[in-house]
Amino acid sequence: MKLVTGIIQPHRLDEVKAALEAAGVHGITVSEASGYGRQRGHTEVYRGAEYTVDLVPKVRVEVLVTAEEAPRVTDAIIGAAQTGKIGDGKVWTVAVDDVARVRTGEHGPEAL
Amino acid sequence: MAMSEFALDSGNTAWMLTASALVLLMTPGLAFFYGGMVRTKSVLNMMMMSFGALGLVGVIWVLWGYSAAFGTQGNAFVGNPFQYFGLVGLTDQNSIMAASGVPALVAVVFQATFAIITVALISGSIADRTKFSAWMVFSGIWLTIVYVPIAHMVWGGGFESPTGWVAQHISAPIDFAGGTVVHINAGAAGLALALLLGVRKGFGKEPMRPHNLPFVMLGAALLWFGWFGFNAGSEFAADGVAGRAWLNTMVATCMAMLTWLATEKIRDGHATSLGAASGVVAGLVAITPAASSVDSFGAIAIGGIAGVLCALAIGLKYKFGYDDSLDVVGVHLVGGITGTLLIGFFATHHQSAWYPDGASDGLLYGGGFKQLGAQAVAAVIAVTYSFVVTILIGLAIKKTMGLRTSEEVEVSGVDLAIHGETAYETIGSRATMEVNA
Repeated sequence: MKLVTGIIQPHRLDEVKAALEAAGVHGITVSEASGYGRQRGHTEVYRGAEYTVDLVPKVRVEVLVTAEEAPRVTDAIIGAAQTGKIGDGKVWTVAVDDVARVRTGEHGPEAL
Repeated sequence: MAMSEFALDSGNTAWMLTASALVLLMTPGLAFFYGGMVRTKSVLNMMMMSFGALGLVGVIWVLWGYSAAFGTQGNAFVGNPFQYFGLVGLTDQNSIMAASGVPALVAVVFQATFAIITVALISGSIADRTKFSAWMVFSGIWLTIVYVPIAHMVWGGGFESPTGWVAQHISAPIDFAGGTVVHINAGAAGLALALLLGVRKGFGKEPMRPHNLPFVMLGAALLWFGWFGFNAGSEFAADGVAGRAWLNTMVATCMAMLTWLATEKIRDGHATSLGAASGVVAGLVAITPAASSVDSFGAIAIGGIAGVLCALAIGLKYKFGYDDSLDVVGVHLVGGITGTLLIGFFATHHQSAWYPDGASDGLLYGGGFKQLGAQAVAAVIAVTYSFVVTILIGLAIKKTMGLRTSEEVEVSGVDLAIHGETAYETIGSRATMEVNA
């Protein structure tokens, strides 16, 4: 099993959700995130004092999938989140030892 | 001073009752203006400094403040605090609004609202790091030995009044609604306290972003609304001079907002909402002493000049390294001095404008340098007296109870440590309940 995590532009969330549903994903977790990559932050100015704001708002999308599905899910996120501009984000995949469904107590791929 | 007959004027009285309520609203307005400019961890403390001053000054004013500022037994510098202690013995005939037919108790409330906001204004320079207990002690002492004497000197028949020394030797200084008494006074005191307290941890290095700019805009709007009572109410009557003050309060403020925004656009590349709110206050401050005594061109010029000068002056704290957190110096001291001195250029008694007997037209209206000289003297007295005495009060508090919170409290936030509250519910904060009753 794999955990696919995507950090994306907040305004692409709807497209990413639609693409994941089309790819057969049943559930996702979405949270607000902030950070920066190569684009760094932006500047704001208050009464003449210029502040560099490092952290840019992003959305984190997490999906638990089987190992076979992982590349397809990654491609779906990339396809929907990509705008071609700097700051589009990252997607990464990590191995997951176990998954349990809380309601039934099932373990492993059945719990996905 | 005492008149033999008091003839009630219901029109003037109705206006002064209204104006008092307008000016009182400025202090909660200021709480929003200042509160929005600090970070989430200290917004309640910032607003509480205004509300705390409101409570304390309101009571002191009734007990001895009015008597010492506006009683009839004063010398050139201060009145007698015991003459009308608790307002006992104060009659309609011997109040400062007797000539307008306004009852004495209305005069007391109107002047109380000025004393309250002057104290509250100072709190902007000491954000995020001051003990609330020290602030309250400071407020009571400062009101009594700084505000009251200056109000007496300028408005209570003292040294700078139309019958005082300056009027007899140079020209009568003009301070219609509080350029020296309120704004220079609060600005100089703010500078003194900021110097005594020292800079906040991270000042000039870490960003200290205003946490709620809509609050700042709301506060500026409430201040402007209340300021019509402040300036036009200072006529003590509902008449043409009040109308002149009202008009000038509108147009000077509009102009100051525009010139502040233009200055920012050129210097920083953006016309900001914080700049608009700040420009509004700078214009209001500058027109305050001049409201009755300049024509429409004078008002537009004073507002325009104040908007530029204050927008530039807020950078001084970074240059000189004092942490005037919310720019009491840059806006109130500089704006107050600007308005006070520009009267020396623009004063006129034409077009419903008015000034007291013994004052003269300004430099640009054919009156020569006399009025400018009187205005400069008034400004210097206010700056010097307020700064020196505030330093002494601040030092006394610093040596005894202490002025400043611990670094730990400052970093974690004064709201929680001092007031036992946080302004906003944030995700994941869980609470259990216990009732103390």
